[in-house]
Amino acid sequence: MIGLERRPAPSRFWLIAAPLFALAVTLAFGWGLFHVLGKDPVAGLKLFLVAPLETPHRRAEVGLRMTPLLLCALGLAICYRANVWNIGAEGQLVAGGLCAGVVALQAGPATPAGFFVLVLAAGAAGGAAWGGITAWLKVSFQASEILVSLMLTYIAQLLLLWAVHGPLKDPAGYNFPYSPGFEAAAILPLLWPPHRLTIGWVLALGLALSVWVLLARSRAGLKLEVVGASAPAARYAGFPVATTTWLVLGLGGALAGLAGAIEVAGPIQQLTPSLSPGYGYAAIVVAWFGRLHPVGCVVAAGAMAMIYIGGELAQSRLGLPLSITLVFQGVLLLALLGFDTLVRFRLRPVARRRVQAAAWPEGSAIQPGRTPVGEGGEVGWRP
Amino acid sequence: MEALAILVAASLNAATPLLLAAIGLLVTERSGVLNLGAEGMMLLAAVIGFAAGLHSGSVTVGLLAGTLAGLVAALVFAGLVMGLMANAYASGLALTLFGAGLSAFIGLPYVGLPLGLPAPAGLPWLAELPDLPFVGPAFFRLHPVVWLAFGLTAAVAWFLARTRAGLILRSIGDAPESAFAIGLPVRRVRLLATVFGGACCGLAGAYLSLVHTPLWTEGMVAGRGWIALALTSFATWRPWRLALGAWLFGSVTLVQFYVQGLGVPVASQWLAMLPYLATIVVLVLIARRPAFARAHMPASLGKPFEPS
Repeated sequence: MIGLERRPAPSRFWLIAAPLFALAVTLAFGWGLFHVLGKDPVAGLKLFLVAPLETPHRRAEVGLRMTPLLLCALGLAICYRANVWNIGAEGQLVAGGLCAGVVALQAGPATPAGFFVLVLAAGAAGGAAWGGITAWLKVSFQASEILVSLMLTYIAQLLLLWAVHGPLKDPAGYNFPYSPGFEAAAILPLLWPPHRLTIGWVLALGLALSVWVLLARSRAGLKLEVVGASAPAARYAGFPVATTTWLVLGLGGALAGLAGAIEVAGPIQQLTPSLSPGYGYAAIVVAWFGRLHPVGCVVAAGAMAMIYIGGELAQSRLGLPLSITLVFQGVLLLALLGFDTLVRFRLRPVARRRVQAAAWPEGSAIQPGRTPVGEGGEVGWRP
Repeated sequence: MEALAILVAASLNAATPLLLAAIGLLVTERSGVLNLGAEGMMLLAAVIGFAAGLHSGSVTVGLLAGTLAGLVAALVFAGLVMGLMANAYASGLALTLFGAGLSAFIGLPYVGLPLGLPAPAGLPWLAELPDLPFVGPAFFRLHPVVWLAFGLTAAVAWFLARTRAGLILRSIGDAPESAFAIGLPVRRVRLLATVFGGACCGLAGAYLSLVHTPLWTEGMVAGRGWIALALTSFATWRPWRLALGAWLFGSVTLVQFYVQGLGVPVASQWLAMLPYLATIVVLVLIARRPAFARAHMPASLGKPFEPS
């Protein structure tokens, strides 16, 4: 039998190794999946591991997908470190994208270049406001941020749908649910023409660095860690728990909203019924995979972007559903949570209890691993 | 009168998936386990139930297959949280993401396919009763699963309040350490409660795709798993209040169709927001009376239990 034994301190090795093992499990799962579907597993996995980095175009696309994933994941990492379970990054992204779109539509042919800065600011503000609703309801009414942020995601998505079906619909658009295309001034400059990668990518990397500094070097970062570790202790020490909730949800929302703005003013260039293929949800996996650390999030967002590109290639080359991306995301997170056990616990071979009990005198008050009364032993990790 | 009766029947139909999922989650939560994977379990069950129903030609087989799918998905969650001591919140979310992805993946060939099976008109012995003016259309033609949902609520209410096993379950939810110390099988009970919750969510998901719609589309559960989670706290973890809450929410989802039928000029998207807005509103309302809200809340809800 194998049992679990709590480590005296979390294992730094497994903190880094767990994502790698989880990746290995996901690849093994992918191998099996391709095999079951009658596709060549090697060719299939190559689409995810090698093909996304093969050509400059695809490398640019990886950077493009990575940007919203990274921004949302940074926001979520801040929240999770403070023990605030914001799972509504998708809604904050949509709210930000919608606000950014409304501002972008105000631009005309004569609008000066650089207007896109306002568009991005509007996105961040919209996302922060959307996250702020969750913070308000959590702080003032103790409403569960998990449920509220998720409900707000559905509401944001419906608001966007209403906007593109109603007030923002392009009058010259043959009744399709799209806004008019944005003017050039509202669109982000390209980083690497002719590829679609915009300066949003640089912005995201810069913000990852800023979040790192914030978390590791600032007083706010310390407060956030303390509140996350124990809200009662933080309250006792005079740390403002409510302010921290406002701060992390505001910041998290702003980052996700910025991601929405970058999508809207970058590759999409108009408002459409769907601004994101679930980047806000995938960012939960990215944040966890990146160990809630900004640098880890950069690496994880890159890897997740490759899964997105790989999924599209699997669709066009192998005729598989695009949702294979979502399946891999789910398996990755499930496997990661399993391996995370080894951060806090170590495996310990244990003898069967019956054998152990025999080695001790019958009736002895102290027996190794024996729980006090009756059946209780069956509950625990096998002693 | 006839219209009102049909409205009552429709609201009961719409309440059923919420009630089924929520009553299962209530049992899970009463044992101290918070499974945020409800949405994922319902999605998986919806697609597997639909596929099984389509291939077997039997709604019953589909419902059973969906129940089983939910049960297996809950086992994955239980393995992570109780077997490997993984973070319960993250594990539930992971299950939801995985369920959403896998259901979309295996469901692609089934999107929009008609089920082509006749919906059974009520319970056999009820259908034979003479058609009473109001009661007939309102209650006699309900799908058996609707009755099952209310039967399950009664059974759970009785189990929790009146049986020794129910007392053990509640004590484990309130004080797992103490329960463990007096020799109660904490992990086994929590595993069973989690699996029961999964099976109920599975039945709810399969009911959605086989009876309620009946159609499979990607993401068709549309947040009902999350609303069911909210319902358990709205109902302050009491089964009959849960039934009332589910019926209220079922009625809210109907408002959309009713208002549009009346020709009121409101954009459909605003009406579609109602269930989600209502969820937020009830979460806020119940927090205004914390003593009332927390009186029956399992004290150890969502906290990890590490037997030593």
